[in-house]
Amino acid sequence: MITKRIIPCLDVRDGRVVKGVNFEGLREVDSPVGLAKYYSSCGADELVFYDITASSDGRKLFTEILRETASGVFIPLTVGGGINTTEDFERVLSCGADKVSVNTGAIKDPSLLERAAKLYGDQCVVLSVDVKRVDGVFRVFAKGGRENTGLEAIEWIKRGVGSGAGEVVVNSIDTDGVKRGFDIEMLKKVCEAVKVPVIASGGAGSIEDFINLFKSVPGVDAGLAASVFHFGEIEINKLKEEMRKNGISARLGG
Amino acid sequence: MIAIVDYGVGNLFSLKCSFAAVGENAVVTSDKSEIKNADKIVLPGVGAFGDAAKKLKEQNLDILLKDEAKSGKPILGICLGMQLLFEKSFEYGEHAGLALIPGAVRPISDVISGDLKIPHMGWNALNFHGKKHPAFKYSSEGDHVYFVHSFYADTPEEFVLATAEYGAPLTAAAANGNVIGCQFHPEKSGKAGLKILKAFCETEKSR
Repeated sequence: MITKRIIPCLDVRDGRVVKGVNFEGLREVDSPVGLAKYYSSCGADELVFYDITASSDGRKLFTEILRETASGVFIPLTVGGGINTTEDFERVLSCGADKVSVNTGAIKDPSLLERAAKLYGDQCVVLSVDVKRVDGVFRVFAKGGRENTGLEAIEWIKRGVGSGAGEVVVNSIDTDGVKRGFDIEMLKKVCEAVKVPVIASGGAGSIEDFINLFKSVPGVDAGLAASVFHFGEIEINKLKEEMRKNGISARLGG
Repeated sequence: MIAIVDYGVGNLFSLKCSFAAVGENAVVTSDKSEIKNADKIVLPGVGAFGDAAKKLKEQNLDILLKDEAKSGKPILGICLGMQLLFEKSFEYGEHAGLALIPGAVRPISDVISGDLKIPHMGWNALNFHGKKHPAFKYSSEGDHVYFVHSFYADTPEEFVLATAEYGAPLTAAAANGNVIGCQFHPEKSGKAGLKILKAFCETEKSR
């Protein structure tokens, strides 16, 4: 059967990985290319690059970095950040991205998902959603979690999948950065609502959090995290060995 | 030298780089003489079968590929490129393929239960059923490779090299003599995938 995927996420600004990185024996810890190779060799199933650059110069640097990564890392690469048009899709796909993740771009123009899916196939279009509870309702937030769109999250995700998103990344703002586990309640609701792969994000603090995620929400396909991997708090190979011990299917090796 | 056939479907940058990673020179080309002169041919592909088959035909690449297959040159089809090697596909209608391997391409939903997600996407293990094709000489039983597909190749058992279990044993790799197909993406399958590309590069021309 298909394995549960573990996905490190790298925020890239002006060609460098943002958020501190703390690995012994790994030089150039802020180089996305070096870090991508490192993660690939220790068992990451996929990599997500988020371009958090604001300037066009930075964007150019990002695509160069992406190209360099894709030429030496042979696992699936997903790219997000600043994807607003099908031209943005083209730009990152031609540099070696396999999937493109859309967040605010889809909120601004919901037709983007459908147009991109027609051009590049559903498997290429990932809907990324930042979700936060407001008065007991799951709401979609835009612009990196700063702006409440008023959209109800589950409906928005269903609509996105209906338009052609082949995968969904759900980031819980409520659990993000707290390191006390994934947002099980919200993820269960998402997995009940859609039949495409669901990637859980936000809240991973320990190996147990991943095991609890996959056991509590069997419909979740992957767990995504950033700092726990970057700071070496969780080693991916070790995480996967623990997953296997707990009866969760995982791929070992690089 | 390896010719990666460029017929306007998908981005071939990573595929080219993955051959470089196993020390093999590959060119992305639609030039017929370049394809003829290559030692081996790779037929990639993403998207819909009908469109891809039409594009191959429009450029007369279908005839070229059939001739090259007949000459004994090793040919590797990947993902949709693998499906194109079969006789026909039932993806949105019925479309003729290159008929280099007997069999037809059918929806996965025909053979698996409704609660499994489609596409079959992610890392799955290869089961070789005791078979050992030269293109898998460096591979081991249970090696994980990366799949993304909603249709599968329905081919007689003698042509199946490996399967992946997803509610049913789906054809993961198939071959007919010098013509080989991988449903998964070896160029996105980490070390396990590079081993397969390396072994393919070392296969010999037959006949």
